[in-house]
Amino acid sequence: MLKIQKLHIGIFAFFIISFPFVISRIPALGNYTNIMVFAGIYTIITIGLSLFIGYAGQISLGHAAFFGIGAYTSGILTARFGINPWMCLIIGIFIVSVIAFLVGAPSLKLKGHYLAMATLAFGIIVYIIFNQELEYTGGPDGMTGIPGLSLFALKLNSVEKYYFFVWGIVFAAFLFTINLIQSRTGRALRAIHASEAAASAMGINVPRFKLIVFIYSAILASLAGSLYAHYINFINPSSFDLFFAIKLLIMIALGGMHSIWGAIVGAVLITFLNYEWLHFFKEFEVIIYGAILLLVTIFLPDGLVGIPGIIKKFVKRKL
Amino acid sequence: MKEELKENILEVENLAMVFGGLTALTDTKFQLKKGTIKAIIGPNGAGKTTLYNIITGFLSPTRGNVWFKGQKISNLKPHEIAIRGISRSFQTIELFDNMTVLENVMVGCHSRIKMSFFASGMGFGTVKKKEEQIRSRALDVLKFIGLSDKYNEMADSLPLGEQKYLEIGRALASDPELICLDEPAAGLNETETHIASSLIKAIKEKGVTVLLVEHDMKVVMNISDEILVLNNGQVIAEGSPEEIQNNPSVIKAYLGDVTQHA
Amino acid sequence: MDGASTSQILQYLITGITIGSIYAMVAIGFNIIYNVTDIINFAQGEFVMLGGMSMVLFHVILGIPIIIAFLFTIILVTLVGLIVDRFAIRPIRQPSVLTLIIATIAVSILLKGIAMFAWGKDPLDLPAFSGRTPIQLFGAVIQPQYLWVIGLLVVTVLILTFFFEKTIIGKAMRACADNPDAASLVGINVKKMIMLSFSLSAGIGAIAGIVITPISLMEYDRGAMLAIKGFSAVILGGLGSFPGAIVGGLLIGIIESLGAGLISSGYKDAFALIVLLGVLFFKPSGLLGNIEISKIKRF
Repeated sequence: MLKIQKLHIGIFAFFIISFPFVISRIPALGNYTNIMVFAGIYTIITIGLSLFIGYAGQISLGHAAFFGIGAYTSGILTARFGINPWMCLIIGIFIVSVIAFLVGAPSLKLKGHYLAMATLAFGIIVYIIFNQELEYTGGPDGMTGIPGLSLFALKLNSVEKYYFFVWGIVFAAFLFTINLIQSRTGRALRAIHASEAAASAMGINVPRFKLIVFIYSAILASLAGSLYAHYINFINPSSFDLFFAIKLLIMIALGGMHSIWGAIVGAVLITFLNYEWLHFFKEFEVIIYGAILLLVTIFLPDGLVGIPGIIKKFVKRKL
Repeated sequence: MKEELKENILEVENLAMVFGGLTALTDTKFQLKKGTIKAIIGPNGAGKTTLYNIITGFLSPTRGNVWFKGQKISNLKPHEIAIRGISRSFQTIELFDNMTVLENVMVGCHSRIKMSFFASGMGFGTVKKKEEQIRSRALDVLKFIGLSDKYNEMADSLPLGEQKYLEIGRALASDPELICLDEPAAGLNETETHIASSLIKAIKEKGVTVLLVEHDMKVVMNISDEILVLNNGQVIAEGSPEEIQNNPSVIKAYLGDVTQHA
Repeated sequence: MDGASTSQILQYLITGITIGSIYAMVAIGFNIIYNVTDIINFAQGEFVMLGGMSMVLFHVILGIPIIIAFLFTIILVTLVGLIVDRFAIRPIRQPSVLTLIIATIAVSILLKGIAMFAWGKDPLDLPAFSGRTPIQLFGAVIQPQYLWVIGLLVVTVLILTFFFEKTIIGKAMRACADNPDAASLVGINVKKMIMLSFSLSAGIGAIAGIVITPISLMEYDRGAMLAIKGFSAVILGGLGSFPGAIVGGLLIGIIESLGAGLISSGYKDAFALIVLLGVLFFKPSGLLGNIEISKIKRF
């Protein structure tokens, strides 16, 4: 890893660790640690999604469904069958891996539009199932009674404890993904993005690499789903709908999809917009989201993390 | 037959390619001797790129076979063929624009040094060692193609000539036994063309067999050991540069055009 | 479930063909933009929604006579299509498939939000064009509006066929679809053709929206589902194929209607999507598509 990157990671870790201590001293921002828990959960999804979309150049509108499957697996198996939450989390990951393989293997042979529509159709079908299978999912009203998590003897029963737990996982996923990007795998993904023809001429098994990353990102989404279910103890289908799939897209586009840092920045910003800053607009927030996505696509193709690069270029030209 | 196998690294056998009623290749056959440079020439639309796409697995032929080192490869996928030791460049430059010069060549090493998804993510020590190996190997290739000092520039910021050399370097990085170059001198000025020619000769001296599609007749006549002439999807002549230059049907079909224009 | 009677099946078929005509119109809209630009416009469903909502505005709220309101609506939505191209598609500096998909998704939620702002969240109704006295046919019920839907599909198809086969602009658009580089060489303004394709498919979407609203009402968030079902029709018929869009649309409508009636009404919206996935996985070229041709186009 490069030195400058180690510095960035250090600053990032320091910020995450000190955040709740600073916030607890500012009463007006009392809810911010709680929001950061959600931001962390969404960041786990966007880290994987950014690898799949930003690096490999694919697209998915199905990750809201993987998130939902993780959440419902944990929810149903713990609340209805009393199975150990950690066990459920692993079962969720297993189920999602199998589904991601079944959906991904045929659809990743398809290009751009087809892939977007295939994952979109998959996402909507899963959403309909969440609504229809009342017996297990509770239908549109959702299900309650999902227990909290304990880490060995330590009950994760406060916002702060869950905060550190979630961001610890974010950090692990982040480091794993950064390592991937800087290795042969990451180069292969970027090669696929730039030219599938040239990539395969270099001996890269294009469909296989796409599938592996698709499954990896689906597993992260499932993990996030389980963490989500155990945090709010209640789930209903609307947390996993098409709009959420699009919000995930907005997160990585706003942050910058060609960088894992962008996945973090985007997820945190959109989560704060969603839970706190856009209350004034009520349901018309959808206009704001549409505008953000459109403006970023047109004017900031590298997202917010691309701004320093733009400034550098501008300064260079002026000199 | 056995003697032939040893000598011929590539054999193309009665190849035919039809696209929805449009015939691109009919009954094409030729052999390629190990360690030589063979050029394929012919007017636009003669079927050269189609032939390349079949040899490297991007198209599967309607009829016929391709044998590489005695193994049939005509139904394999591009990456499988690359792993077996055939590498290629593209007519329209297909560099990875989102990467540096060095990284482009490092991708070329993909099929030679492997590491698992999990190990790469965990950043194990073995992975770091292998990454170092890939890097030093890629730097060697850059030295060979003369782009060492530009290793950290973005691939698409290079001038056309250097992009062409980089394409060749990237194809070399996988340590191929056969390299298929698609118009490596197209669009280059005289100096650049000269550099490209000597680069191709140097590749041959390394013991790598070269298949070459090229329009620049000077380059072709200078460096190739054998020339194959395609016209309308058919082989109309094959032989040494001298033989081809004096072949009446070639002059009529192909070189004749050139003299008329000149 | 005990077997459904013939009249019930007939009823499902009639409903299916009606709703299928709408999907066919959406599918035609997708194909027009795709053929000229290679873009799949995720906001195609929003054009339909805007058509229905605007018709309610002009005809019901402002009391404008139906024919004039019909024209106003089509003009308005066509303008929206033009604006979408001019301000969302054309400014994109690196128009890769990925960024174009994201841009049209952005447009779709933007239009949805604006519609919610303008018309509120409640579904709106529109009087049927020829009243609501049903026609009986072998025990099945045909709403007069059904005939309007099917009739307008036929008229739209006829006009479009004339447009693409006989008019200069239509031929120019076809040239763009075949080979944009060659088209611009012979002096066709490709940018204008792209703008025209967005306007045209917005207009067709508007017709679909106007004519379906008296049957199923219209609300701000209907676009996404209409789009994905229209796209299912596109894929079933073969991407880019004009007759395929019609066949695909009608088939999707019938499958959905039969599935909802005979299997499960709760999964009504899932049937089209299952067909979509099935076709994508097993025969991505669609029923009438030709995979070989699309391969050549790509190479």
